[in-house]
Amino acid sequence: MGFFTDTSVCIGCKACEVACKEWNAIPEDGLDLTGMSYDNSQGLGASTWRHVAFIEQSKPLGHAHADVDHGDVDVLALAAQGSGTPPGEAAITPTTPGTGPAGTGAADAGDGSQGAQGVEGTQEARTDGDGRGELRWLMSSDVCKHCTHAACLDVCPTGSLFRTEFGTVVVQEDICNGCGYCVPACPYGVIEQRPHDGRAFKCTMCYDRLGAGREPACAKACPTESIQFGPLDELRVRAQERVDQLREAGVNDARLYGHDPQDGVGGDGAFFLLLDEPEVYGLPPDPVVTTRDLPDMWRHAGAAALTLLGGLAAVFAAHGRDRAPARRFWR
Amino acid sequence: MSGGEQRGNGSGAYKPGETYGNPAEEREYGSVADVTKEGLRGVRPGRAALVGGQDLTDGHGDGSRAAPQETETAPGAGAGPGTDTGAEHGHGSGTARGKGRGRHRGGRRRGPRGEQPVVPEAEFTSYYGRPVLNQPAWQPLNIAGYFFLGGLGGAGSVLAAGAGLTGRPVMARALKTSSAVAVVGSAAALIHDLGRPGRFVNMLRVFKPTSPMSVGSWLLAAYGPASGVAALCELSGRMPRLGRAATAGGALLGPAVAAYTAVLAADTAVPGWHDAYRELPFVFVGSAATAASGMALAMSPTAENGPARSAALAGTALENAAVKAMERRLGLVAEVYRDGTGGRWMRAAETLSAAGAAGAALLAGRSRLAAGVSGLALLAASACTRLGIFHGGLESSKDPKYTVVPQRERLRRREQDGGGADQAGRRGQDGAGDG
Repeated sequence: MGFFTDTSVCIGCKACEVACKEWNAIPEDGLDLTGMSYDNSQGLGASTWRHVAFIEQSKPLGHAHADVDHGDVDVLALAAQGSGTPPGEAAITPTTPGTGPAGTGAADAGDGSQGAQGVEGTQEARTDGDGRGELRWLMSSDVCKHCTHAACLDVCPTGSLFRTEFGTVVVQEDICNGCGYCVPACPYGVIEQRPHDGRAFKCTMCYDRLGAGREPACAKACPTESIQFGPLDELRVRAQERVDQLREAGVNDARLYGHDPQDGVGGDGAFFLLLDEPEVYGLPPDPVVTTRDLPDMWRHAGAAALTLLGGLAAVFAAHGRDRAPARRFWR
Repeated sequence: MSGGEQRGNGSGAYKPGETYGNPAEEREYGSVADVTKEGLRGVRPGRAALVGGQDLTDGHGDGSRAAPQETETAPGAGAGPGTDTGAEHGHGSGTARGKGRGRHRGGRRRGPRGEQPVVPEAEFTSYYGRPVLNQPAWQPLNIAGYFFLGGLGGAGSVLAAGAGLTGRPVMARALKTSSAVAVVGSAAALIHDLGRPGRFVNMLRVFKPTSPMSVGSWLLAAYGPASGVAALCELSGRMPRLGRAATAGGALLGPAVAAYTAVLAADTAVPGWHDAYRELPFVFVGSAATAASGMALAMSPTAENGPARSAALAGTALENAAVKAMERRLGLVAEVYRDGTGGRWMRAAETLSAAGAAGAALLAGRSRLAAGVSGLALLAASACTRLGIFHGGLESSKDPKYTVVPQRERLRRREQDGGGADQAGRRGQDGAGDG
């Protein structure tokens, strides 16, 4: 079982963050205002198992037009038509071409941040040929990837991390001795030791809920079905369909991340549909499970150990026996 | 950019044992607010994601373009003006260069330190300059100390056995003692660094070849008693047969103890360690030989220290050659072993090992004092190498540049090669990931 997170429909409501905190009784880990768009939880860690990333860019999203003057549209008349209007009959849709730059009023639509990206910012930020300035606001709910080849599980010396019957990776907190080795091993920066506790914590994909036949709390709480839970092969098919659909709609940036069972971690148990490069979302572009090179590492270490043993043996062989009188201590 | 950066809340410099960036913890020090009369304290991150270090907003909204030079700014100063006019924020440190970013947890973004920024050779994007990886909560003294003591003990056991076999009793006795003390110290450092020291025994719950820490725990469980028994038999003069067996066991297990710590570091996602996994074991055993020969020089008379002098030369030569080879392989990531805290320790190690090796070669055979001083220099050199490797690795995990750029390069190469070539040979160790 796994997650498919379709970030193209994420609205940044953070219901997943809240549901995760609530269900798993995760302690508060700081109440910071970071200025990083709406992201104040900053990243995954011991006490943040779902993290919504917010990215503000001056890039067009598909065929959508920002900065369009809709002053001539009678919204009350549109509302009177009801919400069931087919796109063909609608006076305006998100992909209706603009009538030229508006400059005011509509410019700050979709701009959730005060200040620099406001009216002037978008006006100045016209980057494309036909004089439109676009701002797109990407949101993505990040989570533990539950890798097929999980580095944290491989390197745990106590066996506290284990693979569950659902194919997920879970920490047994009564076994973890807080060695912290899983923390730098994770190529995604997910697992972390909790300060003042010492043990490592991460998403369990709601192991308790799965055992009771329920879906994880974040997927349950997601209002837009951005977070989908189910068997991975089904999700992969669904994700591919969604990417094709988005590409047809002109969103050429849409791509899947972590869906490929041939990738460096053998495929993620939680994969994503992204609208930009993975590193824009703080994800590594080509993660590889560190233990893939472990046999090679042991070989090199063995060679080094033999070098040390052989080298020092050679030194003593070269110097031979000490023939000086044996009774001495300091001089 | 090192661990002891100004953090803007008065908590001051690095304190060993302090976990950084946890606001809940920082309440002990008072307010965690960053808002001042002038606006927000510290560096404000860019709003737009950066593509290739270029600000797509034409400089509006963040001061995160790669500025040609950085003005001298006091840490924590240079706050953006309260009303955001889209002007430069007066810090000019590019988030794309991973400057001015906070720790992974907690929003204590550190101000730039006024150093001339290195313009990145490679273009890359990051999420507000935040690290991709989580940094280990390991304390440098514990873990670098563990590496150092493990090396000193492991190589020392080999030297002790050699000294015993070739009739150098004082050296043998000194090194057996130092190895036993070192292994106790290294185990203490390791246990002290556990989040739950009381659960240390869980290390021996299972034996996992995929976990260097598990392998190392079992190695120490075998090597520790061997070197302890060897030292006790030597010092008490009782049970010489058992002592000889323990000495031989220690000499065989010692090199493994000295070398496995390199795998311990390399088997992580930390670019400065993982990408150096071929050279790191040789750096570590070279450093171990340096430390043990230094101990031998310091503790044995001139008439006996011939092998120690040669071992010092061989150890320093191997260590420095391996470090050079490692830096060549690392490419961009090698910066962390040249600049910053890691670079300072590595330079200190180079200087000390050169001085110690020269002293060992030229003077230690004649003067007891010179032998002692050279020995101490070699011990210090080994400790500096371990600290340099530790801090450099930590730095490489903090800066997203070192994670993203090499992986992008790898992807580019794979696309050029037609893809999938290096995907072969995956372990199928865990079950398939879909339930």
